[in-house]
Amino acid sequence: MTSLNEQTMKQSILFLLIFISILSEGRTIRVGPTHEIKQIKPALSLSSQGDTIIVEAGLYQEGNIVISQSIVFLGEGMPIIDGEKKYEVLSIKANDVVVSGFTIQHSGVATMDDPGGIKVYYSNHVTIIDNYLYDNFFGIYMQCCKNCLIKNNKIVSLGKEEQMIGNGIHCWKSDSMLIIANNISGHRDGIYFEFVTHSVIWRNISTYNIRYGLHFMFSNDDSYFTNLFRGNGAGVAVMFTSRVIMINNTFEENWGDAAYGLLLKEISDSYIYGNHFVKNTSGIYMEGTNRIYISMNVLQSNGWGMKIQASCMDNTITNNNFVSNTFDISTNGSLVLNTFNENYWDKYEGYDLNRDQTGDIPYHPLSLFSVIIEKNPPAMLLYRSSMVMLLDKSEKVLPSLTPDNFIDHKPRMHALPL
Amino acid sequence: MISIINARKQFSKLQVLDDVSIEFQRGECVALIGPNGCGKTTLIKSILGMVIPDSGEIHFQGKAVLNDETYRKQIGYMPQIGRYPQNMTIGQVIEMICDIRKPNQPLDEELLFEFDLRKLYHKKMSTLSGGTTQKVSATLAFLFNPDVLILDEPTAGLDPISAEILKAKIIREKSNGKLIIITSHILSELDDLITALIYMQDGKILFHKTMETIRQESGEQRISKALAQILQKQALR
Amino acid sequence: MNRIIKFILLDIVKNKVVLLYTILLAAFSWSAFGLEDNSTKGVLTLLNIILLTVPLVAILFATIYIYNSAEFIELLLGQPIKRSKIWCALFLSLCFSLLFAFLIGAGIPILIYAPNDVGLMMLILGSFITVIFVSIAFLSAIATRDKAKGIGISMMLWLYFALLFDGLILFLTFQFSEYPIEKMMIGVSMLSPIDMARIMILLKLDVSAMMGYTGAVFKEFFGTVLGTIVSIAILFLWMWIPFFWSLFKFKHKDL
Repeated sequence: MTSLNEQTMKQSILFLLIFISILSEGRTIRVGPTHEIKQIKPALSLSSQGDTIIVEAGLYQEGNIVISQSIVFLGEGMPIIDGEKKYEVLSIKANDVVVSGFTIQHSGVATMDDPGGIKVYYSNHVTIIDNYLYDNFFGIYMQCCKNCLIKNNKIVSLGKEEQMIGNGIHCWKSDSMLIIANNISGHRDGIYFEFVTHSVIWRNISTYNIRYGLHFMFSNDDSYFTNLFRGNGAGVAVMFTSRVIMINNTFEENWGDAAYGLLLKEISDSYIYGNHFVKNTSGIYMEGTNRIYISMNVLQSNGWGMKIQASCMDNTITNNNFVSNTFDISTNGSLVLNTFNENYWDKYEGYDLNRDQTGDIPYHPLSLFSVIIEKNPPAMLLYRSSMVMLLDKSEKVLPSLTPDNFIDHKPRMHALPL
Repeated sequence: MISIINARKQFSKLQVLDDVSIEFQRGECVALIGPNGCGKTTLIKSILGMVIPDSGEIHFQGKAVLNDETYRKQIGYMPQIGRYPQNMTIGQVIEMICDIRKPNQPLDEELLFEFDLRKLYHKKMSTLSGGTTQKVSATLAFLFNPDVLILDEPTAGLDPISAEILKAKIIREKSNGKLIIITSHILSELDDLITALIYMQDGKILFHKTMETIRQESGEQRISKALAQILQKQALR
Repeated sequence: MNRIIKFILLDIVKNKVVLLYTILLAAFSWSAFGLEDNSTKGVLTLLNIILLTVPLVAILFATIYIYNSAEFIELLLGQPIKRSKIWCALFLSLCFSLLFAFLIGAGIPILIYAPNDVGLMMLILGSFITVIFVSIAFLSAIATRDKAKGIGISMMLWLYFALLFDGLILFLTFQFSEYPIEKMMIGVSMLSPIDMARIMILLKLDVSAMMGYTGAVFKEFFGTVLGTIVSIAILFLWMWIPFFWSLFKFKHKDL
């Protein structure tokens, strides 16, 4: 009910804005079965800069619809625009376009020209809001855009194979994008960024996509906050990127052979703060990452809390909670150039005689068995066997095989309230 | 009644039964004697099926005893050293054996009364003296009125009075026409019991003769003397 | 045979070791569930306790008990009873009593705290382990007349299955780390009932997904109906082969 009310409120505000705009300039063209103009394309050809087109409920199958003027394009009662599995449904090739309130479905399927439910070409200040995109190859495709807002869209597809489906929200060579409160599932990547800068991803829910919930490539200076990524084929990947800020996101239930809560590859100078990593094969996987600050995160019930490859340098991991992971940390090398400090490890068995809330003896988060598994995965057969527990215990007492500088000098006695 | 045919048994290198063949008849009372380790106990145990001969056969009333346990219903066995579950009482042991054997004829409780074991029913086997344990063994051997009695050193460890009680019992059972096989070191007490004598040495039967022949051959009435004479003769030969 | 079982069971009950074992298991189980904040962690903690103590107690108690029953066996052998009956009765009563102790001691807390398929699996596999190690105890007890030697053999066998075998597996995985040996490892794991039980329970706990590719291979086998049937069949073999071997030896033993 609330969402409906919210929806109507938002719509009424929008209408108010439109009303004001109508007063100032432009006309309103209504499209619908009961109106003179029964189809969208004639309305578009009638319209000019600053006009508003309101489409009433109904099914519109008109092939590829192209918006090439700055107009407000509104749906009333979620009219359905159908691409009949042949066409790109809605193409936007103008600045300052608003698209809102449509159901856009069944775009064509092709791998050459990447048809989308909504595809925006070289445009600025485009707003795509409150739409339902169903069974499209790409959901919303932004190509070389700037200052666009993509908000409150529900993007659902039924992809089964990675090659046969596009991304939910795909941004390429764009800048200053706002991606807010969208709900994406069933695509290849939920949200895909390539060469996208200065953008914000906020309050999106990206679940059960075939590959990544969120995928960053060569996209610097972006932030994402308070998103939920659940059950995606391989979790979230941030690659070949600098200066990314990741705060208060939840990464959960990314199970599988090569699934990660968060996959970091060749990234630097970034900030991971206050996120939850729960029930992933690997909570965070780091490869070639430098100068990342990881703090106030919860890593819980993962197979591996963090996998830090030897190619990582100068990362700081501090004030995190590591709780009931099979392995808290694993690494493939013996050189450790990262700092661990003041984390809470539920496997820590030390004591705190001076009552300063940090353990008096340092903690070695790297268990011998995790080192063995890293080199020799079939040894997983021995997981939780008595012999392995014995090995781990003796290694804890007398570290000989695990790198001895892999150490948290001030492990917390109690979990941080996160 | 019991026939042993070419029985052989070897324990590691020791040949304890070396081609032994014997025939036991109903109504006989046979003494099995010989030096220590001559194979007496092994022979007895093979009759009972506790030791399985390497070769040869043992028949009980014409039937091979291997893989058949029912014939043991007709045997009462009194071991040399009776070993019993240590934490059971006399009463429980007797009760258990009764329970397992399910006798369909009245029990022969003569020895039970004569040894006065009822008084000791609540005593644990672990607390019993060697003699009392022997009394329990003897009682169990006779309890089910078996046709065959196999007694391994029956009087060893018994006090003279109890030994006499047991001897009297053996004589009574002999007169009832039962087959009795006794091993003993004390030859004197066999004098008025036995009808035949088997002498074993190194797993072989040196001789098997009835008392009548022995007495005739040696001219001695007492077994010990007769035996000494016979052994001497054999040594000379 | 029932009568013999009755007598042996009564004797075992008088023995108090089984009672102590029940209390021990109960204490372990209640504390495992009580100290851990969720039942899955409790099950995992209990898993290790069970996989160590149950085989140890089963094999040691059974071995010692068989040696201590020498007199009893001797007494019965003079009676009209089949040898196999005596041996089977001894086996069955030891299994009964230890199973009973396990199901009371560990079963009740498991059913209260983890009344799901994992708990059930644990009970079933714990029972299998109990019987298997009693069975192995019979084999080591018949192997030698010397009680000290027999107990030594039992201890070694326990040590082997509980620890050394895993060491061997670890060694093997390193030796053949160049090859895709995951499937082979399934076969190897069947050589130790403790390992099989552990893997089957871990897969039920769904930590398998954490195990990456290896876990997926195991799940592919143990997770299927065929895999379950095969593994149960293997466990049955583990139960019967040592015991039948010992029965054969007992039938031909001189006492």
